[in-house]
Amino acid sequence: MNKIALIVGVVLLTLSSAFVPDGRQLPGIGIKDIDGSPFNTSEISNDGKPIIISFWATWCSPCKRELNAIADEYDDWVEETGVKLIAVSIDDSRNVQKVKPYVNGQSWDYQVLLDPNGDFKRAMNVNNVPHTFLLNGKKEIVWQHNSYSPGDEEELYELVEKLSAGESID
Amino acid sequence: MRRIFGLVLAVFLGQYSVAQEAEKKESNGELHGNFDIQAQYYNIDSAIGAPPVDERVRMNAFGNLIYTKGKFTAGLRFESYQNAILGFNDLYRGNGIPYRFFSYKMDDLEITVGNFYEQFGNGQILRAYEERGLGVDNVFDGVRVKFTPYKGIQFKGLIAKQRWYFDQSPGIVRGFDADFQVNEFIEPLSTAKTKISLGGSAVSKYQTDENTRFTLPENVLALSGRGKLSYEGFSLAGEYTHKFNDPTLDNGFIYKDGQTLFLSGSYSTKGLGINVSAKHTDNMFFRSDRDNNSVFNDVMINYLPALTRQHTYNLAATLYPYATQPRGEVAFQADLIYKIKKKTALGGKYGTTIAVNYSVVHNIDTTWLNDDLGARQGYETNFFGFGDRKYFSDFNIEISRKFNKKFKAKLTYINFIYDMEIVQGLGGKPVVYADIVVADLLYKFNRKTALRVELQSLTTQQDQGNWATIVAEFTRSPHWVIGLINQYNYGNSDKDLRLQYPFATVTYVKNANRLTLAYGRQRAGIFCVGGVCRVVPASNGMSVGITSSF
Repeated sequence: MNKIALIVGVVLLTLSSAFVPDGRQLPGIGIKDIDGSPFNTSEISNDGKPIIISFWATWCSPCKRELNAIADEYDDWVEETGVKLIAVSIDDSRNVQKVKPYVNGQSWDYQVLLDPNGDFKRAMNVNNVPHTFLLNGKKEIVWQHNSYSPGDEEELYELVEKLSAGESID
Repeated sequence: MRRIFGLVLAVFLGQYSVAQEAEKKESNGELHGNFDIQAQYYNIDSAIGAPPVDERVRMNAFGNLIYTKGKFTAGLRFESYQNAILGFNDLYRGNGIPYRFFSYKMDDLEITVGNFYEQFGNGQILRAYEERGLGVDNVFDGVRVKFTPYKGIQFKGLIAKQRWYFDQSPGIVRGFDADFQVNEFIEPLSTAKTKISLGGSAVSKYQTDENTRFTLPENVLALSGRGKLSYEGFSLAGEYTHKFNDPTLDNGFIYKDGQTLFLSGSYSTKGLGINVSAKHTDNMFFRSDRDNNSVFNDVMINYLPALTRQHTYNLAATLYPYATQPRGEVAFQADLIYKIKKKTALGGKYGTTIAVNYSVVHNIDTTWLNDDLGARQGYETNFFGFGDRKYFSDFNIEISRKFNKKFKAKLTYINFIYDMEIVQGLGGKPVVYADIVVADLLYKFNRKTALRVELQSLTTQQDQGNWATIVAEFTRSPHWVIGLINQYNYGNSDKDLRLQYPFATVTYVKNANRLTLAYGRQRAGIFCVGGVCRVVPASNGMSVGITSSF
């Protein structure tokens, strides 16, 4: 096992010479849409406009606070910038059947995806939820944020506005 | 192992300068990862029953690295436990790379060698997953092939061993799964409102028989079938799993077959969501080592989460949480969420949300056969027959409302009935009847500054008696969170145990990096993430947590 780890490590790190920190693309991972049908994350798109990807769970209070706070403003956000929010639930089979009733119950207008075994979460290097990514019009990940405090949505929206206006964010 | 990591690190640092130059070139590969470090300094505090910690300082840490280039992906995780923090199994000891893989994806074929996580159906026949914060990781090590011959049809096959801490479980797991999305592969149905999906799995484990008392099956097979039907807001889903004779330490080496049936129905429309589900579980411990019956749920092949609500408020979440009894249980749950429309008399300006949930779990109706010297079937059961012992019930209601731009409130009431003897395996402990009330208040001073307060009360005549908890969380977006929590066991029948557990945290967040410093007393409790729980003893001390993604 040690030898395999060594080989994988060396191969991986040799290839890492091609490491490019900016312009990170979304990995294409097979997960599910809110109805449980297969969905590949490479299909995520918003016609060249910014995309927010938010990892959440029905058992995560700060996640729900964040998505409910954004829900209050979401109509304006979409109208002003064309942004699209994709809420990726990491609920496993204990709660996954409650996701659609919860989303509808809260009247969210987000696109909701299901990641019940954490495959997309792992590919995106998410440690814990809530974790939010911001993608530019070229579907490159340009910003990410872990945890939620009330008011964080304001910072997020300022960045969305910049992207929408074609400015870069640093 | 240490030498390997040193080498890996050296190679990585050597590459760094190359990486800088590569920045301007066209992207032809990406490297990303994340870190998590949790270290704790332990004080001696015999009053709360904190076990002595010889090392004084302990730490859990890991780092993931994933490299992707087009259709190729490779990754590894380094883990370090020096020594594992309280509550983790001390078989997590030292350093290692227990996770490394590479995979290649062609149009309809994906091959992975090394470690991989996987789930068939809802996981009740097979699920390899990780809950790092709880020390759960039954990852496979072997080969997996996924094949999609036609849209809407997917086959998966795997042969692998499971992780057991820094070692592997002795059994070999072989699995096959087929999934059919009927509306996708039958073209005329692609626009139909009725959607149907079907699937089936076969999982077999092989372990040599070295038992001197019994002749044991070396190959144990389980089969599973599932289906889902949906029409607009309605959906109906079910999965049935049958496991053939699997005598193990868990079931006292009986040869009886095991089975699980899970059924779930839901209806939802804007502003309303309803879900009703039921589950029958009988003799369904399914591990890749028949001689392992660890309470840490080691080397489980299947996943059987509790059919109960997962609470988040401290007193409700960590004192009496239910965990599935795979030996046998019948469970039922109903869940309703309703949003009263905004700008109505009842709903207020922003609307009001009401959520109601009820769950109940009983033993299965069982007739014992006393055939230990004969066929060793153990017992007979009635399918979905409720036994007369209630393991758990939970009724809870939650009302949340935003009053204005500055103030939001949520009120929760919970009633638990909890059989400690069964759920925690503590003989002689009582059945606990508890009522919990929580007020969760959020006040925003301005766009960036907010204070959230939780007032929690738990009242019960049993176990440790009444508790009160206060949580205050001051946040200054986007960087700072200051939290204070105090738990007070004021109703303990033993006056010497009427203790307080104050605990303070300061968190700094910058993008995907988070640093937390904490100091204080932590009550013994059961901590759950997703469907699994871990018992954590009381502790007193200071801790540092760092998580980072890049």
